[in-house]
Amino acid sequence: MADELPKPEPRVDVTDVPLLRIEGVTKKFGVFRAVDRLSLDIRAGEFFALLGPSGCGKTTLLRMLAGFETPDQGRILLNGRDIAQVLPHRRPVNMMFQNYALFPHLTVRENIAFGLKRAGMPRSEIEKRVAGLVALLKLQGMEKRRPDQLSGGQKQRVALARALARQPQVLLLDEPLAALDKKLRESTQLELMELQRRLRMTFIIVTHDQEEAMTVAHRIGVMDNGRLEQVATPRELYEAPNSRWIAEFVGDVNMFEGQVSSREAGRLTISTRDAGTIVAAEPRQPTPKAAVCVAIRPEKVKLARRGPASDSVNSRAINRLEGIVTDVSYLGGLTTYKVKLDTGAVVRSSMANTARLEFDSYMASQRVVAWFTPDDCVVLEQ
Amino acid sequence: MSSRRTFTRPGRIAAIAPYLWLALFFLVPFGFVLKISLSQTAIAQPPYLPVFDLTQGWEAIKPALAALSLDNFRLLISDNLYALSYLRSLFVAAVSTSILLVIGYPIAYGMARLPRRWQAVAMMLVIVPFWTSFLIRIYAWINILQHDGLLNQVLLALHLVSAPVVWLSTDSAMYLGIVYSYLPFMILPLYATLAKIDPALLEAAGDLGSSPRQAFWQVTFPLSWPGIGAGVLLCFIPIVGEFVIPDLLAGSNSMMIGQTLWLEFFTNKDWPVASAAAVVLLLLLLAPLTFYDRLQRRQLEGAR
Repeated sequence: MADELPKPEPRVDVTDVPLLRIEGVTKKFGVFRAVDRLSLDIRAGEFFALLGPSGCGKTTLLRMLAGFETPDQGRILLNGRDIAQVLPHRRPVNMMFQNYALFPHLTVRENIAFGLKRAGMPRSEIEKRVAGLVALLKLQGMEKRRPDQLSGGQKQRVALARALARQPQVLLLDEPLAALDKKLRESTQLELMELQRRLRMTFIIVTHDQEEAMTVAHRIGVMDNGRLEQVATPRELYEAPNSRWIAEFVGDVNMFEGQVSSREAGRLTISTRDAGTIVAAEPRQPTPKAAVCVAIRPEKVKLARRGPASDSVNSRAINRLEGIVTDVSYLGGLTTYKVKLDTGAVVRSSMANTARLEFDSYMASQRVVAWFTPDDCVVLEQ
Repeated sequence: MSSRRTFTRPGRIAAIAPYLWLALFFLVPFGFVLKISLSQTAIAQPPYLPVFDLTQGWEAIKPALAALSLDNFRLLISDNLYALSYLRSLFVAAVSTSILLVIGYPIAYGMARLPRRWQAVAMMLVIVPFWTSFLIRIYAWINILQHDGLLNQVLLALHLVSAPVVWLSTDSAMYLGIVYSYLPFMILPLYATLAKIDPALLEAAGDLGSSPRQAFWQVTFPLSWPGIGAGVLLCFIPIVGEFVIPDLLAGSNSMMIGQTLWLEFFTNKDWPVASAAAVVLLLLLLAPLTFYDRLQRRQLEGAR
């Protein structure tokens, strides 16, 4: 059944021409710039996530792709054609709405078939397409129900089926899972990925949930104040944030401000007020300024009762911070610790509970050494 | 378990209150009307026979019960004056309600699409005329429509007509009066329904290939059925029984049932025939009411 479903024709020049090119797009509401001179390329078959705090402009951008808002400046090229001024019903793009926006007066079948009827598809073909989508999204037996007779998860799947029915070149998803509870959300994320992989369709999802973005997307664009702060794979975003804001927005981080005191052989020595001298690997793009901050993810900070056994190559470089454990949170898979350094600053560490018995655990008020290697540090401009 | 404990004691009393109200102020008076409709007219006080005298006990009531008859209803059928009145009432109500719907729907739709703060203003503008007495407003229309009234003056000044047009005592004047008076009853339920429709539904329709016009007919219109039903009934039922507007604005050559009733009751002093006419009117209006009830029930079931 699923084989009859949306399968975009193979495209030529996939590598060179992006499917969707956003060029210097600006959208103002009064004097407020919701989207500010934003440019972005999205490749065919990509699962792209727009991530950002509320009010960052990600939904406005998505609505401009759907055609509900018109950019004040800039172009939106889909397969090379500028669609910035094209009305929503004339765009080969479909959207899954945040609260699903299912038609309450129509059955599940009629909701899914809505867009196909508008396209003037013959009846028999509509039947076939709807049946395929019903099977794909496991909606068998629900065809005659109305939206208010469905659970949240079922509504979500109907909305997805309806948006997929027209085999859009780009599927837009506006916070598609926000209304689901955590467990269902996680399983639905996996289903979404599976679906996207199978249909080889281009998905653009808007979300404020970074875990969701990291789970489903190939690439993530992080937005703030109407601009893209960074566009990167989930791993890059987490391990190599390009700004302090990104480092703090995505995941947890320990942040120390300081001055670069020496540079040598790919190593920076940074003197900080809170954590003494930190030796960090030189970032890929060297920071010209002396005032920097050092970001270290909590899981990169390891705790030890004594200093770690000195290793002949790196011993000089390993960063050690001494302090007292003040807080222990056991979360099952990991335990997070807060360590109050002798300087008064707090360092967070999270460690995987790899052994069932308490070999490696630390107690509050225990004196420990928190250590990390130069490669664990990300040096950013302040 | 839960069904037995749905209402606490004060809750149960509150639940009964509307039924008590209906029984006291609708069912009991309707019983009187029904009884009078089965009586005979008489030159007496009250002007009909028999009269039940409850103080005399059951023995006195028995012959009175035997004196009741369906004669008045037979009269209603035999004289086509009544049938014509009913037909005219239904016709006038149907035409007026159609005009009201055609005018009221776009107004309600426009109101529902206004920015939030302007919606309240628009709502006020619809309601404000109610602050003036209904009769005064109808008399004002007489003033406007009369031979040297405002309307004719304007038409003459604009050279649209060469001589004053007769407006008063025509059906046009009556329809104008009815539509003017009942418009809020059409607009308000329609507005309430239209304002509740999630704008995202229209965006979804657009996204799925509907032009704005198609989206209206495929989404907005079907979703506004409850409002249309409520507005139509709120207008149709009272218009059928309307008396004042046709009496003041329409000509005297044909009468609506309200006027016939008035005539029987006050001019002919024939309470029994007037009561019978009223009973039949009520039965006629039960049909659209039942229809509306079923429509609403379907809505409720849909909502579950």
